[in-house]
Amino acid sequence: MTANIMSDLVPGALARFQDAFAHALLAPAGKPVTAVPPEVAALAAQPAFAVYRNTVMKGCIDALQANYPAVARLVGEEWFRAAAAIHVREALPADPTLLRYGAAFADFLAGFEPATELPYLPGVARLDRYWTEAHAAPDEKVLDPVAVAGVAPEALAATVLHPHPAARWAWFADAPIYTIWSRNRSGGVLDDNLDWRPEGALLTRPRDAVEWIAIDAAGCAFLDACAAGCTLATAAGAALEVQGNADLARLMSALLATGAFSGMSFNNNQQIEEGHP
Amino acid sequence: MTTALTAGLGLKPQHFDAALACPADGLWFEVHPENYMVAGGPRVAWLEAIRARHAISLHGVALSLAADAEPDPAHLARLAELARRIEPALISEHLAWSTWRGAYHPDLLPFPRTDEALARVADNVLRTQDALQRRIAIENPSHYLHIDGHTWDEIDFLTELARRTGCGLLLDVNNVYVSARNLGYSADAYLDAFPGDSVMEIHLAGHTPDPNLGAALLVDSHDAPVAPEVWALYARLIARIGARPTLIERDDNLPDFATLFAERQRAEAVLRLPLARAA
Repeated sequence: MTANIMSDLVPGALARFQDAFAHALLAPAGKPVTAVPPEVAALAAQPAFAVYRNTVMKGCIDALQANYPAVARLVGEEWFRAAAAIHVREALPADPTLLRYGAAFADFLAGFEPATELPYLPGVARLDRYWTEAHAAPDEKVLDPVAVAGVAPEALAATVLHPHPAARWAWFADAPIYTIWSRNRSGGVLDDNLDWRPEGALLTRPRDAVEWIAIDAAGCAFLDACAAGCTLATAAGAALEVQGNADLARLMSALLATGAFSGMSFNNNQQIEEGHP
Repeated sequence: MTTALTAGLGLKPQHFDAALACPADGLWFEVHPENYMVAGGPRVAWLEAIRARHAISLHGVALSLAADAEPDPAHLARLAELARRIEPALISEHLAWSTWRGAYHPDLLPFPRTDEALARVADNVLRTQDALQRRIAIENPSHYLHIDGHTWDEIDFLTELARRTGCGLLLDVNNVYVSARNLGYSADAYLDAFPGDSVMEIHLAGHTPDPNLGAALLVDSHDAPVAPEVWALYARLIARIGARPTLIERDDNLPDFATLFAERQRAEAVLRLPLARAA
């Protein structure tokens, strides 16, 4: 045991070491690390310091690549890892469950200058993120379509459907994000003459596996209203507002079949208001 | 546990079916609990299915016990919740830090072993054992850097940590080999001095030479079979301290289950040697 009295007499020496070491981990490689105490600068100057630097970066980039597979497939591994490295330096994981890492990655891509020619990338990233969220969402039973079919017609308007905790949906007004994402997620290829149209996506996890379907603007508006606790009457109104010709019966049955809901309740106040004005 | 743990394997999603079906006596599986800290879904269901047939060890990488801060209470609560669900045979962590000021660095980072660090790590181990209501094992990390500020050598530090907290130790023989080679000391002497009574678990893994520095720097990469030198150290250790649950730790460049299982069988054979049983 060698005596190094100094480091033990200075309170907070461990915290200062960790501040400096953490700073050095993300400092640009190949240059002397500045703005750290000399003992940490000396550590960072040892060639072996690169092992820590590389392990931290690799761990974060691997996690982003695992969490954003459709984005990675679209841009290629080299481009993806270079972009991810920039994002890692801006936003290290806040949570050691790396499955949750990358919540800000879609926003990062939206503001990432080299990605301006790929305007669909943030949308694809958002659906990759939704997949992860659906995959890890709480377990809950899916609402049985038969239960909804059994609701008396006069009670239907005041029924509130509760989105399943794994359900995620989004409407993309500018690009066929659903088609681009789902083809890349499942290893398929895109047609050369991809129809450039708005698209929506719904991801669910009715059993173990995450599933997805395309939905229209009316479906997204309907689900938004359900998530806000609105009655079916209000949700139907919201759907018709964005798409006057929406086929609500077909929409409802598609949503129920894919496991978008976990339960339902009845809004008695609204029923009274509507039934007895 | 109905059967004593013998040799175990790191559990990988690719090997789920084979792991579930494997009937070997005393076989157990180890996972990083961080990968299972989710609200629901197939991950935890999968781990529970394995748990129904095999013992599980939770080997944490993120409590950051050597950071100059208390373990994140939310993370500790999630670990306790997972332990309640899985009822693991062992829970372990590292003598290292990874989370600092809200940022997680996915590695096991070094620190100067001082009185201040010992007091902090001991306090953090006690908090963890309180939260989990059980004894945990602390693992010796791999070393790459020459750090001037140590006032404790590693074995004294770990021994004193175990004395203050009642924790056990997880002895990673590959980490000892890699560190001894990188920092220039004797792995045999280190293992001979290690407090055998505190060892709750042993890790064996593969390492690789650094791509830039070659054999001058060995990296604890977990992407290769256990090296012959590490097998030799392991056999000598078991002959001295007796049988302990031993894990083949493989995280990268994964072979098929049968290949890993063959390595597991080799460790299990060492544990069955007469010397291991007599010690």
